Amino acid sequence: MTMYEIRIHSRGGQGGVTAARLLALSAVHDGKYATACPFYGAERRGAPVVSYVRIDDTPIRIYSQIKKPDMVVVLDASVMDVVDVLQGLKKGGKILVNSTHKKEFAGFSSSHVDLTGIALRENLVIAGSPILNTPVLGALAKTGIISVDSAKKSIREMFTDERNVRAAEAAYGEMNA
Amino acid sequence: MKKIATGNKAVAEAVKQVKPAVIAAYPITPQTEIVEQIAEFVSTGELNSRYIPVESEHSAMAACIGASITGVRTFTATSSHGLLYMHEMTNWAAGARLPVVMANVNRSIGPGWNIWAEHTDAMQERDTGWLQVYVSTVQEAYDATIMAFRIAEHNDVLLPVMVNLDGFTLSHIMQPLDTIEIGDFIPPMHLPHAIDPKNPAGYGGLTGPDQHFRFRWDIERSMRDSVKVIETTEKDFYQRFGRKYGFTEDYCCEDADVVVVSMGTLGKEAEVAIDILRKEGIKAGSMRLRWFRPFPQLNLMGKEVVVIDRDYSFGFGGILAKSIEARQKTDVYGVIAGLGGQEVTFEDIADFIRKRHIGQEFWFGVNDNV
Amino acid sequence: MIDSRSLFAPDIDLISLQELDTITEIPKEEYVLKCTSACAGCSDSLTLRYVLKAAGPDTVLVVPACCTSVIQGIYPNTAFNIPVYNIAFGAAAACASGMSNAFRLAGKKTNVIVYAGDGGTLDIGIQAMSGAFERGTDFLYICYDNEAYGNTGMQRSGGTPMGARTTTTPAGKPDAKKDIDAIIAAHDPPYMATACAAYPMDLFRKVQKALTFRGPSFIHVLAPCPPGWRYSTEKTVEMGKLAVKSGMWILYEREYGKLSISPQSKVAMKKPIPLEDYLAPQGRFRGIDAKTLEMLRQHLLKNIKKLAAEEAEE
Repeated sequence: MTMYEIRIHSRGGQGGVTAARLLALSAVHDGKYATACPFYGAERRGAPVVSYVRIDDTPIRIYSQIKKPDMVVVLDASVMDVVDVLQGLKKGGKILVNSTHKKEFAGFSSSHVDLTGIALRENLVIAGSPILNTPVLGALAKTGIISVDSAKKSIREMFTDERNVRAAEAAYGEMNA
Repeated sequence: MKKIATGNKAVAEAVKQVKPAVIAAYPITPQTEIVEQIAEFVSTGELNSRYIPVESEHSAMAACIGASITGVRTFTATSSHGLLYMHEMTNWAAGARLPVVMANVNRSIGPGWNIWAEHTDAMQERDTGWLQVYVSTVQEAYDATIMAFRIAEHNDVLLPVMVNLDGFTLSHIMQPLDTIEIGDFIPPMHLPHAIDPKNPAGYGGLTGPDQHFRFRWDIERSMRDSVKVIETTEKDFYQRFGRKYGFTEDYCCEDADVVVVSMGTLGKEAEVAIDILRKEGIKAGSMRLRWFRPFPQLNLMGKEVVVIDRDYSFGFGGILAKSIEARQKTDVYGVIAGLGGQEVTFEDIADFIRKRHIGQEFWFGVNDNV
Repeated sequence: MIDSRSLFAPDIDLISLQELDTITEIPKEEYVLKCTSACAGCSDSLTLRYVLKAAGPDTVLVVPACCTSVIQGIYPNTAFNIPVYNIAFGAAAACASGMSNAFRLAGKKTNVIVYAGDGGTLDIGIQAMSGAFERGTDFLYICYDNEAYGNTGMQRSGGTPMGARTTTTPAGKPDAKKDIDAIIAAHDPPYMATACAAYPMDLFRKVQKALTFRGPSFIHVLAPCPPGWRYSTEKTVEMGKLAVKSGMWILYEREYGKLSISPQSKVAMKKPIPLEDYLAPQGRFRGIDAKTLEMLRQHLLKNIKKLAAEEAEE
């Protein structure tokens, strides 16, 4: 496998950084190398933020930002109004959106899953915000970049609440290509 | 256990393994996570140390000095302005021959406020008598921090060691981390001049020119002796834990016509540039300098040299470039890049090598290639 | 010069007051050896002599840049029979903080005493000192205050009183002396005191007492300085007594916030000798104008009133 690069769009406080961490940890459990990198700017709650994950079979030596991702993950569809989430996405690249319905992106392979709905169903809410970083791991496992077992293992290492695993399982089952 | 950790967390994990008696530190971006994690370890009892939440970096180093002279292991961490604020005390620690270990998360110096990676902070400490190592991965941050204690405390050295990691680029990114049980890798600290009320002595009082001169020479002698201690420590680490380190990390240098020299994370990014150039038929190599003090002998004979400096000495040049020119008695192509966290990609580095002008200096993104 | 006996109010027993100053209790062991390079009539070395006698041999002194860094002698000699750790000017309290923590973690009870001048305490060292007090560091901080930067040749400090001439205030200092004791009191240490080597028994007992407390304690010692204050060298003890008797220096201690004024100062506060008697022998106050003198006097009276009221309250 050549290096696989993922860019995660979210808003400050939605768990984009933790999602990147969980994704990288899952890849490591799969026996691969990974780097998760939050982009630090003048970060504030609610502002659009990005984090990056690189996965490879060999140690990762690149520290600069991902310019041409293989996949884009959008945890909050509203950021698409203010940020060009498709920027640099490789031709035929994947885009995964947290949404109740499919969004079409010409030239890219798009999938969607209602992470917010899953989080609310499992009552995964902190300070009024639904938790998206654990459910999204199930959807990412469905895309095949990490294994389901590693996803669950990673979630259990970071969180004791089993609802997180159930939410990931739900997202795995509900993701629509 | 396979973990994933930030560079900062890796340093804190290493400190937990080494168990310093006293840790005194003051938070500063982007180092803060190190002291937060250590404070957490101490509060949960995972680390039986005294954590002194001092009111400044000057006091952080002073407290480490006061603890160290009683003969116990000490640690602190800082960055940027914090390092500069403790500058008086970094000199004191080295002059007092105290094996304090410090993690410095490399960050630029204001004004204006810029919190991103640059090596100028540590470079301003280069003449203090501290050993300096620059790391490039989360794993290396962990390993180097552990080894720093053994090297500093070795009685042939007894000088403080600074472990440098790039702000955000390494301090805040997450990579796999393989933690180890160090066992007897680091012997118990023995400070021959530890303070002892049963054997009263004066420390650091008035000193005449002859004695002062002698003490300076002693520092230099130990700095030279540290070369062997670093080598044996890194060799023993490799034999016990399987990870190999040296004064430099060389990549495709042996048959190279041109070698790019850099430090920190840029040194890893440079390897990717070398892969690209090799495919183009350019015989290039990368040399990542790990130890800046003591400054090693570099094997660059007969090669063109491109040096990337993430620092600058105004009115003189890139500090690494000028150091190599002086040591190798050769001209280099000096590239100033990455200041204040400027993005430098492997493509950029490949370009530096392709468009090199030996004997000249280039400020990346600021002026055209001269 | 005024006959000191005439100063005592008639209701005070002269004999018992004199007994307060006898030094028979003080141990014979010497930790300040007879080879210091102190000036003749130096009250820094005199103060330190009593401090170390009170502290005993299981003590480490932490000394920032000050006269004491000079008077201990030149390497490899030392005039102190006790470990002394010299540290940079602004770092004494922080250094002691690390040292105390290391000793306590190792289960050692070794006294850690910062012995610093007014510059290292009131000025450049105040941040580190405030931090160490706020963190509850287990140490004793002694500020010996000669009211100027002595070892660099008498430049003004935050401790220089108004009207005093120094090399950087050649016309007399226009600003008042910084009230470091109020600043220390704001940190609410278990024990703090003022003292003067002219009253050795009082100093000795206060050091002994301070070392019985866990946590930070503070003793502010007035240290008359012949070259700095410009009086003749044999008058150091007399200068200290005049400072106390005039009310310019008030001896007291504060234990868990409760103030007790020392008997010598109680007498002086009731009927202080004229301020001029204290100022006149000192060259540094020569030519002080009437307005400044009056401001000094008002400050002195205000301080007496404040402390008397505080003690009466309790």
